[in-house]
Amino acid sequence: MSNELTKADARRKRKASKRSDTLLKALQHGGPVVWLSCLIMGLGNLFAGQIVKGILFAAMEAAMILFMVRPMGGIHWLSMLPGLGEVETKEIWDEEQGVFVYEIGDNSQLILLYGVATAILLVAFVIMWRASVRSGYKALSMKRSGKHVPNIIEDIKSLFDANVHKLLMTPPFLGLLIFTIVPLIYMITMAFTNYSKVDSHLILFDWVGLENFRALFNGSTVIGRQFWSVLQWTLVWAFFATFLNFFFGTFVAMIINRPTTRLKGMWRTILSLTIAVPQFVSLLVIRTMFKDLGIVNSLLVDWGVLAKGDFLPFMTNATWARVFVIVINLWVGIPYTVMQVTGILKNIPAEQYESARLDGANVVQQFRHITLPYMIFVLTPYLITQFTGNINNFNVIYLLTGGNPVQNGMSAGETDLLVTWLYKLSVDNQRYNIAAVIGIFTFIVLSIVALVTYRSSGSYKDEEGFR
Amino acid sequence: MADMKNHSMKRRRIITDVIVHVFLTIMAVIWLIPFVWLIAHSFREEPGQFCETFFPTAYTLNNYKQLFTDFEIMNFPRMFMNTLTIAIFSCLISTVFVLSVSYCTSRVKWRMRKPYMNMAMILNLFPGFMTMVAVYFILKAMGLTEGRMIPIALIICFSAGSGTGFYVMKGYMDTIPKALDEAAYLDGATKWQVFTKITIPLCKPMIVYQLITSFMGPWVDFIFAKVIVRADARYFTVSIGLWNMLEKEYVEDWFTRFCAGSVLVAIPISLLFIVTQKFYQEAMSGSVKG
Repeated sequence: MSNELTKADARRKRKASKRSDTLLKALQHGGPVVWLSCLIMGLGNLFAGQIVKGILFAAMEAAMILFMVRPMGGIHWLSMLPGLGEVETKEIWDEEQGVFVYEIGDNSQLILLYGVATAILLVAFVIMWRASVRSGYKALSMKRSGKHVPNIIEDIKSLFDANVHKLLMTPPFLGLLIFTIVPLIYMITMAFTNYSKVDSHLILFDWVGLENFRALFNGSTVIGRQFWSVLQWTLVWAFFATFLNFFFGTFVAMIINRPTTRLKGMWRTILSLTIAVPQFVSLLVIRTMFKDLGIVNSLLVDWGVLAKGDFLPFMTNATWARVFVIVINLWVGIPYTVMQVTGILKNIPAEQYESARLDGANVVQQFRHITLPYMIFVLTPYLITQFTGNINNFNVIYLLTGGNPVQNGMSAGETDLLVTWLYKLSVDNQRYNIAAVIGIFTFIVLSIVALVTYRSSGSYKDEEGFR
Repeated sequence: MADMKNHSMKRRRIITDVIVHVFLTIMAVIWLIPFVWLIAHSFREEPGQFCETFFPTAYTLNNYKQLFTDFEIMNFPRMFMNTLTIAIFSCLISTVFVLSVSYCTSRVKWRMRKPYMNMAMILNLFPGFMTMVAVYFILKAMGLTEGRMIPIALIICFSAGSGTGFYVMKGYMDTIPKALDEAAYLDGATKWQVFTKITIPLCKPMIVYQLITSFMGPWVDFIFAKVIVRADARYFTVSIGLWNMLEKEYVEDWFTRFCAGSVLVAIPISLLFIVTQKFYQEAMSGSVKG
């Protein structure tokens, strides 16, 4: 293993040293034009005869400088970042007109957003700068050794051939950068501020260091107590939701798969209706049916199970509500497991059962010693993804109970998961800083779990071996 | 003796068969009840959220009619058209993104390939709505959260992140033999030509699957739509509209219309889902052979 690693390392190093266009090499062997091109981007390309490319690089630099120095530009936002703005919006009585005039002050949230965006733009610019120096060096050394220097048309053509990945990856990557990565960084920075409705810090807020983390993980504050109880319920929920679904789903799949069961397709189709119908339809319907005055309670009264005027508090009592969401989640989840497991059951070699039967093993023994070990072996990654999926199972909780019932003075309800609580904290309670801390916490836990699983799973390791 | 043993085994099997079928029937009934109830009450004559009996006492088509004629508070056809527009655009964009990324990760060797795949895997893990508020602020700073820009903001939300959802498509492309590409290169084809003339046509079933799956996104999502559209009823998508019909101030008047609207949305979406399954299975079983 270690031998293989060092081999791979060596190969990588050789590859890196072979690359003729590294920045370091460019600076060592480039000469004055390349050195100057560190200041004026595109100079190298211009000297090598790549006029359009050189002008494009130079224009990019000019645009960046313009953006940075103009008033309300990059430097302004970066300089505001450490203080996040101090000037309050003021109301001034205008004597002449006889009205209040508002003098707009700072908005910390915008400062933070633009500051973060500027920082990322700067990083992108540095990457472009490196690319421009390297490209200039490459073009110059090609010219010096008498090779043909590609002109702009050939460069554009190469975007459809050797460099096709640059063309194809740019739009999706920009989408990810602007609408996934920037928000992520932005949210992470919020966790270190007091951006919250508490003490009215919605317009002007400050950096507070690790205070939010301390408040949340400290079990003696109100918010900390809620955090630990929500976390505890999230884990309990994820455990039951995952394993009950797995066991009942496997059981149902095996029953349907029995050789003498008729109408196999029909049973599966009926079950998959739950998957096909949008959850916000089916779960909202179930919510209505199980309300205190809903059809289920009415029927129970009709059948004489309950006295008139009585009801079962499916969603209004904490314990009932918790059991209720887990049970309804079975209704949602069993069909998924059945779909997943059916294919796998068919893959178990029939000879194994044959020889087990010859040895006199009964059905239960066959299940315990053949089916179950095989399934656990194959489905472990699936179970772990299910577990992380359930930690994030926003729909089932939000659509069914909305996190209720809520105790007085709490923002988290008894059935709230971390994610639904995060949603409530940011959308309803505007406690963005605490919501951000919860987001970071969930993200770290999930990425550790996932990286460990995927890296040890076969499909990741064998990706190259497949070709 | 052997005969008797055979006989009792046969009897036992029949008994198990009966139990199994009874059990499956009960399950099927439980799984169907909410849908039967939904359909029945979409035709219910008396209004209100609660009804004492499982099946309504009188039936009518009015709920459906009202959805398409009474626009005073909520305009169902407009919600439907909003969602349709958003769905069409975002499914086209996401499919292009997914195809591009899958081709680059499956077929092209480039320096950042593995880092990109690792990054995508981590980003994929965590649900989009976790940074939803940050996304909202960004869209607001771009001026996309007011009036006519709202649909564009939603299209961005549903498609901008699709660069991470390439695993299934990439897996499918991996099964296309490399020899096909190499033959094309020998004939002087560029990578772009291989992508558009060889890879894309061979991925047809998977592309249909991808198109429909991303088409369904805006129909079933209500979290993003709720945060971005907020109270502007002109730009409601069906899911927010239906959700709003169950809000306290509307539910007594609108509940039966909610049922009707849900049926109208659930039928096409379920049919599309069945179609995706067909294409998915076709893609999986009939993967390309050299």
